[in-house]
Amino acid sequence: MPEQAVVETVEGVETEKPAGARQRYFMRFTREQRYLHAVLFTTFLGLAATGMCLRFSDSVWARGVARAVGGFGAILAFHKLCAVALTIAFLIHVKDVFTRGVLNREKGIFWGPTSMVANWQDVKDLLGHLRWFVGLGSKPKFERYAYWEKFDYWAVFWGMVVIGFSGYAMWFAPFFARFLPGWALNAVLVIHSEEGLLAILFIFSIHFVNTHLHPDSFPMDLAMFTGVESEEEFKIRHPLEYERAVKEGKLGMRLVTEAPGIWQINFSKVVGFTAIAIGVTLLVLTLTAYFS
Amino acid sequence: MASALMVFGLVVAPYAARPQTGCLICHADASMTDAAGHSIAVDGKTFAASIHGSLQCSNCHAGVKGYPHPDHVAPVECKSCHADEASQVTGSILSGHACTSCHGNAHAIFPKDDSRSAVYPLNIPRTCGACHGNPELAKKYGLPNVYSMYVDSIHGFALSKEGLLVAANCQSCHGSHHILSHNTPQSATYKTKIPETCGKCHAMIEADYDRGVHGKAVAAGDPKAPVCTDCHTAHAILQPTEAEFRMQSTPICGSCHTDKFSTYRDTFHSQLGLLGGYVQTARCWDCHGAHQVLATADLRSPINRANLVKTCGRCHAGANISFIQYQPHANAHDRKLNPGLYFVRLFMNLLLIGVLTFFVIHTVLWLIRARYNQIQNSGNGSAQGEKDA
Repeated sequence: MPEQAVVETVEGVETEKPAGARQRYFMRFTREQRYLHAVLFTTFLGLAATGMCLRFSDSVWARGVARAVGGFGAILAFHKLCAVALTIAFLIHVKDVFTRGVLNREKGIFWGPTSMVANWQDVKDLLGHLRWFVGLGSKPKFERYAYWEKFDYWAVFWGMVVIGFSGYAMWFAPFFARFLPGWALNAVLVIHSEEGLLAILFIFSIHFVNTHLHPDSFPMDLAMFTGVESEEEFKIRHPLEYERAVKEGKLGMRLVTEAPGIWQINFSKVVGFTAIAIGVTLLVLTLTAYFS
Repeated sequence: MASALMVFGLVVAPYAARPQTGCLICHADASMTDAAGHSIAVDGKTFAASIHGSLQCSNCHAGVKGYPHPDHVAPVECKSCHADEASQVTGSILSGHACTSCHGNAHAIFPKDDSRSAVYPLNIPRTCGACHGNPELAKKYGLPNVYSMYVDSIHGFALSKEGLLVAANCQSCHGSHHILSHNTPQSATYKTKIPETCGKCHAMIEADYDRGVHGKAVAAGDPKAPVCTDCHTAHAILQPTEAEFRMQSTPICGSCHTDKFSTYRDTFHSQLGLLGGYVQTARCWDCHGAHQVLATADLRSPINRANLVKTCGRCHAGANISFIQYQPHANAHDRKLNPGLYFVRLFMNLLLIGVLTFFVIHTVLWLIRARYNQIQNSGNGSAQGEKDA
């Protein structure tokens, strides 16, 4: 989703910075987007932890958790609580996109270089990227959202719709039976558990590695936590967006006046590493339970 | 003889309070023992109050004609009066046991409705448990330790906690003198006799059971069809509506209905029901009925299509005609039976495998390539480097 606020226009930022100058920082995610991500990952961790306990209820750790929190009833109650919180966050996001893209006719929401919607360029980028992996071409230059970032977004979007719908269908089965065929009530359990498993495996392995544990971001990409990235990171990760901003003279709009504070970086690291640690633990437990 | 005794009693009464007075001159001494060291003392007061209190000692101790009597006196033969009981015991598994094994001290035998009796309903479990609650004896004869099972069962609780005299005790099911092995067809605990035995108290349930498919199969001689004890067990019977029984009940049906059990286990009812604390999710008998289990085609069956809205609605308020299309035994691997579910599962599996396979390869290649570039750049000594990612 494109950035929202115009931070501040600083004169002359389009020129190359003088040697030895301080590192400049640019806005990548708005405060609202970061809050949304925070709600998303906290509730997702809660849903994943409780969901895996319910799915692999025979495992030693699931029984242990159940004993510790007062039974599987408590686990399911917490699962539902996280689900409701995430549903609210999801609806706020959809409303936000709808308001900006449809009501306010904001440009770049549904199409163009800053949109999350996939386009032909993404296919070309994917193929180009794959060629570069094996040394058959040069590295493609990415716009504001690279194809795998779009995939991350849509995977979560689709996941929330599918897991959410199937979850609510189990929770309120007689209500959903008013407009669903009976066999769909059988299917929602399969859908919920398979899609949940996919989400956990994908986020805790692919998303963690691609976004955080990559050689260039290692040990963590803080952009989603602090909201900003350095000019160097901006140029390397999304060069087309950088070039476009320079060309259009809009780079200054993205410049933030202050580098992220040390407390902000430390806080982000603590939260981020905690999330990653929980995620990796869950990944290991899930894989052991799945293959045992 | 009784009239003779009475006359004797009336005549002697003014001089001697009891018919045993003469013997008690010696045998009232509580420390009295025979040559082998066994007590031969008699508590005259208790004996007088007992069911045999009006008898003379020599009525049972037939070898004693007067005093002095021989050192060795022939053993007492209860069967000289209780011939029917004695012959019943002889043909039973108790054959060879002395009457006192169960009836206790020969000089303190009370009627079975007297709370002092060893065979008073509330005392029977303890009496039988003297042997059948002994873990070593149980081990020796390869028997389950039935006493501890019984005392924790619903019958045992009713008896010990409520003092419910009609609660089933050992002899309610096994009989008293003519106890037969459950392998003997005449035994009250022989498989096909069990519904009748339990039905002595649970009359309506027996009638329901007889009308159901299980009862009919047993009556028709099917040895595999279940009787009461197959589901409820014989001794460790639990209150079926309580959590403990609900949690362990489905594998009992599943031990015969294996195919239905495996498909049930894939569904929501089972998956949630297996979690501790979810005792209310549907178990087999919540839908099929417990005692009067009927074929689906039977209009009286709760799982007949005509009754499903009502049956499902017992838990799922608002269940409608669409809701009851739900398959409680759906098989996601059976394309013919559950095509919708089959393809949904197939799609979800392919999606999971496809997405993960693609991205694992993508991620690994990317990692290798990015690391390769990183090493190359640092090797070139470029401080800034062209960080590629």
